[in-house]
Amino acid sequence: MEKKELLRVDGLSISFRQYTRGLHQRDLPVIKDLSLTVRAGEMTAVAGSSGSGKSLLAHGILGILPYNASVSGKIYYEGKELDDPLRSRIVGTEMVLVPQSVSYLDPLMKVGEQVRNGKKSPSAIERCRSLLKRYGLGKEVEDQYPFELSGGMTRRVLISTALMEMPKLVIADEPTPGLHLSAAKRVLGHFREIADQGAGVLLITHDLELALEVADRVAVFYAGTTVEEMPADHFKEEKLLLHPYSQALYRAMPEHGFSALPGVQPYVTERGPGCVFADRCPCAEEECKKAEIPVAETAGGWVKCLRKELL
Amino acid sequence: MRINRRTKTIGWIALSSAFLIAVTLLGCFWREAALITDFSRKNLAPCKEYLFGTDFMGRDMFVRTITGLSLSIRLGILTAAASAVFAGVLGICGAVLGKGADSFVTFLIDLVMGIPHILLLILISYACGKGFFGVVVGITLTHWTSLARLLRGEVLKLKSSQYIQIASRLGMGKLQIAVNHMIPHLLTQLFTGLILLFPHAILHEASITFLGFGLSPEEPAMGVILSESMKYLAMGKWWLALFPGGLLVITVLLFHMLGDNICKLLDPGSAHE
Amino acid sequence: MKQKTIQIFLTGTLRVILLIFGVSAAAFFLLAISPIDPLQSNVGQAALGAMSPEQIEKLRAYWGTDIPMIQRYFTWAWDFIRGEMGVSLLYRRPVGEILRERAAGSLGMMALAWLLSGGIGFLLGILAGAKRGKWQDKLVTSYSLLTASTPAFFLALLLLMVFSVWLKALPVGFAVPIGVEASQVRLSDRIVHAILPAAALSLTGISNIALHTREKMIEVLESDYMLFARARGEDTGSIIRRHCLRNIAFPAVTLQFASISEIFGGSVLVEQVFSYPGLGQAAVNAGLGSDVPLLLGITVVSAVIVFCGNALANLLYEVLDPRIKRGNGV
Repeated sequence: MEKKELLRVDGLSISFRQYTRGLHQRDLPVIKDLSLTVRAGEMTAVAGSSGSGKSLLAHGILGILPYNASVSGKIYYEGKELDDPLRSRIVGTEMVLVPQSVSYLDPLMKVGEQVRNGKKSPSAIERCRSLLKRYGLGKEVEDQYPFELSGGMTRRVLISTALMEMPKLVIADEPTPGLHLSAAKRVLGHFREIADQGAGVLLITHDLELALEVADRVAVFYAGTTVEEMPADHFKEEKLLLHPYSQALYRAMPEHGFSALPGVQPYVTERGPGCVFADRCPCAEEECKKAEIPVAETAGGWVKCLRKELL
Repeated sequence: MRINRRTKTIGWIALSSAFLIAVTLLGCFWREAALITDFSRKNLAPCKEYLFGTDFMGRDMFVRTITGLSLSIRLGILTAAASAVFAGVLGICGAVLGKGADSFVTFLIDLVMGIPHILLLILISYACGKGFFGVVVGITLTHWTSLARLLRGEVLKLKSSQYIQIASRLGMGKLQIAVNHMIPHLLTQLFTGLILLFPHAILHEASITFLGFGLSPEEPAMGVILSESMKYLAMGKWWLALFPGGLLVITVLLFHMLGDNICKLLDPGSAHE
Repeated sequence: MKQKTIQIFLTGTLRVILLIFGVSAAAFFLLAISPIDPLQSNVGQAALGAMSPEQIEKLRAYWGTDIPMIQRYFTWAWDFIRGEMGVSLLYRRPVGEILRERAAGSLGMMALAWLLSGGIGFLLGILAGAKRGKWQDKLVTSYSLLTASTPAFFLALLLLMVFSVWLKALPVGFAVPIGVEASQVRLSDRIVHAILPAAALSLTGISNIALHTREKMIEVLESDYMLFARARGEDTGSIIRRHCLRNIAFPAVTLQFASISEIFGGSVLVEQVFSYPGLGQAAVNAGLGSDVPLLLGITVVSAVIVFCGNALANLLYEVLDPRIKRGNGV
């Protein structure tokens, strides 16, 4: 039986108003027409290269974008549209963020107080202590300041902050950079555990291979949008992958020949009306560059591609 | 309707420059008129003919104020420029000439900052035998510190920045690096620093003259006008202080805004709203 | 850790002593190169008649032109350290005595202004930063820009005009009512006479701290940890209480200690307008009257106050900030 849908992002676009030298104003789109789903008890990984605006996806869902950002598109949480009143009810309790680095911790506040988020009740203290212990952190960590933590400790502290409130949806923003492989795997294992206990996990990462080891579903992120979403095990066989970019990612993995695709991702501002990948796609046709690409349902997911054999 | 930020900024720059230039030129033109005394019209309250009224010697306060402001602006530009050059030389020397020079410059900065500006101005003015020369030297020598500190930091940052290090490893000579990479960057900093110095220079000139250490009492300077007005305050001659002072505030305010707007234009990062 | 604190304390103290030496030498140099000869000036001539031969000899040792300047400086400095600060030409009394008397009038007034401007400026800065772009922010920044463009003496003049001349609500000046013996002055009189000068000083002092706190507040609000606080569902009040205050307070305190120099400078102007008999007014009188010993004394005293303020700020920072206190990280 298919698990209950927890979060659905449908055609999300985020752009920023910016001033350039001489104060010329322009709109800078960062995310355009992005879609994905997360189900309860499952982990969906959004995988794409670094610095392409994936973190803003997390911020957009949580409603913490800066004031000069504008957002369009729909987000649904448990089937209801995620508007401001609903957000203020669930953000921080049902829906939590695990941010990417130590800079997300208040530099002048002790770790214990930050994990408890200001709660001083004995039960909160107890919960905080047991969480830290669960992740192998001793009691003394509570009295340390963020600058005293190592990279791996920081990550575990950040995960602990998320679990104080028994969340239903955990959004993990790049939890692995800067960690060596075994530490990174352990961190991802913690998120897998959270999903196994019933919460939905949205894992935003640049590391597709690591993500494939733990995630249930993968949304492939390219140039500010998602081009395909499918069960993670589709990445075991190239023919199960439908979008040419997903296939290119498959072939770029070490065990599948390490062959890199020529060219670079276009900047979101350089995007034409058609398929984002058209410029680098080996099987692109004229049409791909012009037309809006419709979403096609597939076995276990969807894809945005015009290729003949699909339609 | 949203007015484009760029248009608004450029509009402000144009407006403030126009006002400041007009005052400066008008003041030069009215130089003689400001000194005319006419006892048939003394102590008049503001009216149509004499916008700011007249003083105890029957001098037209509007003319005197504009002349004083013009003097203040010209003095401000002179001293701010001299101060900026001073700051540039010391700041860069501190950053470039090695550790000894650097600690000397930082010590000098701390020293100057340790004496309250006004007190140091009094000392320097006294050393120069008071008068015009004392004010110019005093303001030049007291206002360079923060800009020098900024430039010093900027050069140190540039020196350790990657692109400069790469350039030097690629075999670029020291002079070439300085000319191609450092100076253009520093000039912008120096320029904005200079504009931000104007208002301070003008305020301090007025203050030190007000105390009696600056320009001579015969000059129609802002400090002189306001210090004279004090004696007539208790007699109800409020216009002698209010209007000249008000116009001085407006002038300095416009300099502040001019500086801010030019900075915004040169450094757009500060303006995202 | 304790050793580190002591080390910081010692180097700080050494630096302050060095700087005070520097300041006194610079001031001595400036006064010595002046074309104005203090002994030949009107005030000087008049003072000489009232002085003992011994005092006159001292004065010549400091300001006589035939002795090398360095030697004169060290003569003066050695006497000064031992507490013999010379005789004021203008008041014809020992400089030390005048400094004590004037400082008593000034320091209280300045401390009041310092506390008021610091407290109000800090709160306004937080408000402006939190309401960035809204009317509260515009009001605070406009106010700051306006007072930063207003000379302190003109603001004092305006206050004088409104409260003393027009409303006749507060006395025009003097720390004590005219004609009353200094010893019989009540504290309430002192306070009433200090209100306007202190108000003028605070009104100008607010701008700096308010603008800096606003910047810092915006920086904190744009930080990653603020984003995370919002992502954890904290409301604005809790965010300000728990994160902003502690991250803004340190730089604000440092800045406020560093601004003592400006308060002091402002007090010179404000005291002049209100005829408030403090250090600032004495400095102006000394400068105008070529009372070199007094001017030198005031300069050194003000430098001591300023440097101690700065050193205290650094010390507070290093003792209170855990990042420096625990010292094993960045």
